[in-house]
Amino acid sequence: MLRQPVKLELRGITKSFPGVLANDHIDLVVEPGEVHVLLGENGAGKTTLMNILYGLYHPDEGEILVNGAPVKFQSPSDAIRMGIGMVHQHFMLIPVFTVAENVMLGSELTRPFGLLDRGRARREVQRLGQEFGLPVDPDALVSSLSVGAQQRVEIVKALYRQAGVLILDEPTAVLTPQETEELLRVMESLKHAGRSLVFITHKLKEAMRVADRITVLRGGRVVGSTVPAKSTEAQLAAMMVGRAIRLGVERPPAKPGAVVLEVEGLTVRDARGQVAVDDVSFQVRAGEIVTVAGVQGNGQTELIRAIMGLDPVAAGHITAAGRDVTTSSPRETLASGVGHVPEDRVRDGLVSDLSVAENLVLDTYYLPPFARGLVLEPDEIRRNADERIREFDIRTPSASVQAGTLSGGNQQRVVVAREFSRPISLLIASQPTRGLDVGSIEYIHERIVKLRDQGDAVLIVSSDLDEVLALGDRISVMYRGRMEGPFDSGSATREEIGLMMAGAGSEGAAAPPDAGRP
Amino acid sequence: MSEKPDQKPGRNRAAAARDVIQSVIAPQSSIWSSVLVVVLAFVTALVVSAVFIVVSDPNVIQAPDLLTALNVAWQDVSGAYGGLLTGALGDPSTVIAKLSSGDAKVAASAFYPLSETVVAAAPLVFTGLAVALGFRAGLFNIGGEGQVIAGGLAAGFVGFSVHGLTGFVELPLALLAGFLVGMLWGFIPGLLKARTGAHEVITTIMLNYVAIYLTYYFLNTTLFQRPGRTDPISKVVDSAAMLPSLAALNLRVHAGALLAVAVAVAVYFLLWRTTLGFEFRAVGANPDASRAAGIGVGRVIVVAMSLSGGLAGLAGANIILGVQYSVTPGFSSGLGFDGITVALLGRGNPVGVVAAALLFGGLRAGAVQMQAATSTPVDIVQVIEALVIMFVAAPALIRAIFRLRAVRGIGAPTVSPGWGG
Repeated sequence: MLRQPVKLELRGITKSFPGVLANDHIDLVVEPGEVHVLLGENGAGKTTLMNILYGLYHPDEGEILVNGAPVKFQSPSDAIRMGIGMVHQHFMLIPVFTVAENVMLGSELTRPFGLLDRGRARREVQRLGQEFGLPVDPDALVSSLSVGAQQRVEIVKALYRQAGVLILDEPTAVLTPQETEELLRVMESLKHAGRSLVFITHKLKEAMRVADRITVLRGGRVVGSTVPAKSTEAQLAAMMVGRAIRLGVERPPAKPGAVVLEVEGLTVRDARGQVAVDDVSFQVRAGEIVTVAGVQGNGQTELIRAIMGLDPVAAGHITAAGRDVTTSSPRETLASGVGHVPEDRVRDGLVSDLSVAENLVLDTYYLPPFARGLVLEPDEIRRNADERIREFDIRTPSASVQAGTLSGGNQQRVVVAREFSRPISLLIASQPTRGLDVGSIEYIHERIVKLRDQGDAVLIVSSDLDEVLALGDRISVMYRGRMEGPFDSGSATREEIGLMMAGAGSEGAAAPPDAGRP
Repeated sequence: MSEKPDQKPGRNRAAAARDVIQSVIAPQSSIWSSVLVVVLAFVTALVVSAVFIVVSDPNVIQAPDLLTALNVAWQDVSGAYGGLLTGALGDPSTVIAKLSSGDAKVAASAFYPLSETVVAAAPLVFTGLAVALGFRAGLFNIGGEGQVIAGGLAAGFVGFSVHGLTGFVELPLALLAGFLVGMLWGFIPGLLKARTGAHEVITTIMLNYVAIYLTYYFLNTTLFQRPGRTDPISKVVDSAAMLPSLAALNLRVHAGALLAVAVAVAVYFLLWRTTLGFEFRAVGANPDASRAAGIGVGRVIVVAMSLSGGLAGLAGANIILGVQYSVTPGFSSGLGFDGITVALLGRGNPVGVVAAALLFGGLRAGAVQMQAATSTPVDIVQVIEALVIMFVAAPALIRAIFRLRAVRGIGAPTVSPGWGG
């Protein structure tokens, strides 16, 4: 089906948005049949560049060449016509349509009288699936598919439109380790079939594993181009961030003390009455970090919300910092010495419209020295903000700007600064570094370890396996509401934990119990 | 399959309503830029209304030639807007003449237009603050009308049934009654929302009807009705319960204006200097994060709605104890709804509310003068008010008309890009 191999060239692409130069004279050549990894931190300009390539944005300067001939894309349909396909970070699928219907959407095959030719679309989906190792049932409703399967549909959709170049925007962010491995294999088979791939990521391991060529972007510019054989992960990280970066987390062995958090037989039901957390028991001791791995949606959210008093407990007991907090309100739990970094910082962590200073006292504003009785002490709130901004290196024009105007990494630093600076004996953090750049991840990991070394108990929930392994003194896995472990970090391999995340390896079981949730 | 698997569909609607409110109270531009937009919106509204004034005058259409038509049109518009201005502020030459007359009463009469402006503005300050306070807490109190009526009825009742107290006791008592009953009218929808999720827009509208028809009912009972009357009108409040006024100088301005300013200051202090105000603003902007931070969201909703109702109740008390001295049906005449307009124009800020109330108060006081001096009906003022709000709500339009540079494009990054990666 492939018309011809595509060689793609970008020359001097420049794009600015008000106040920001997103792409600054970027040159990039994607040879036919190569996997070209575009590596860069959040805000480096990767997505902007790819949106230009896909016809969503128009460059201020520079040109795009396909097989040596300059082209101008007015819209994505122009790009598709030239053989460029894109798999977005957020899938562009219609949940109530079948796989075949989604695949043919926008390029519908018709029979006489304008009738849809579903049969041909179905056969084509099956053929593409077999050829490239992308198993999908053409008649399944998209809403019934796991995240990994939906991504396969997106890839099939692009191939169906005869894409010679396939752009994959952070495709592994939503996948389990096993699904990631499968995707990387699919990428290789596409490459061998003569297709070129642009793989956007900030994960160094994946880049090294699959790339033929790696181009690193920083601050809207190409800062380097290399091949995996000639570089190391550390070098790439340094290129991305602009300084030497320590990969992994350096930490002395844990010195566990008394039990600080004890969860016994905890059962939690979600809003629809389904069991989301199923009879979970574990302990976290002072001076240790317990991590919870798992694909998003397997009960981790509900577990943490129940501990924090945000969701009701159906059965079981929770003891935190020496107090029974099973039925405590969020304020009582927080006040008993529990720090909480919520999973979704935009929704639960910050009030975007309030100032940075106000967000830094969001759960202590009513206590001295920030309030005397009912009256706030703006000077104290301001002084506290200046201190936190300095201590946690929060990049903000001032303490009085709205927190929502900060970058994701700096917003997370606000949350972390607030929670780490209260007198706490237990820290509970969900996805503490999701969506953050390498520099912020390094910093937040360091602070978490420092907290542990001061004798605090730490519970971390993360769907990033690297993070779970890097931070955990003991590691547990949640799958469909049940918890495996925690076991000592040395006693389970990366692969074993990956299998547990997918329900002990049973094929296709990676779909969370509530995959159909809107 | 989004990255946030536990988003509930109902959330999005609530969030959308909140976004609308936040777009009003948290403008994406600086204070001066907002003020400029308001001023220009006002100018635009005057220009558009001038067209209405001209086309509604048959003399313009029937004029023999274009020159005459233009002349008549100019006289219409300048006459109407001139009348509006002198009605709101006074005519400079007359004011100077009266001030230099040497007679106290004549000199005082120079301030008659200003007095009328302030009298019209004071209740708008209260209802504007009521709606603005609700906005800050993420609540759309559309029931100001009912709260004004309930508050006025209660204040009036205390004013004409309690006797033998000095003004220092009875007036505060009557005001307190107005405040508390207004609070009750806000507390009910607040409680319903906190406990059952019933939307305050629905419940407050319904309570408007309850207040309106309860007033009719009460005004026909012997407890309220003025003896010897068959129409629905209450007894007259004691002089001890009346807000002190400058009636001796033939000016209607009364102490309610001072109270309004004091309350505006109090609301400002409440919102930005107290822990309760912090909770209001946090819950209003993001109830999820507020709850996660330990704030009792339900309690905040109940307290905010109650206070909002209480403020509107004070507007009712202000009318009954300062202007009318007795309760009649429809005494509120849309004050509760005007409060929404004032709060929108004032961007939900107490200072802005006072300014917006003075502007609208001036328009209303001026309109009476305008109608007396020209054939232009007072209703044109409502048109102007509506147009001002429309233009303020569409700042992009005003910026386009006057070719202002947008201070900041919608969604454009200020500190860091959000589209990267």
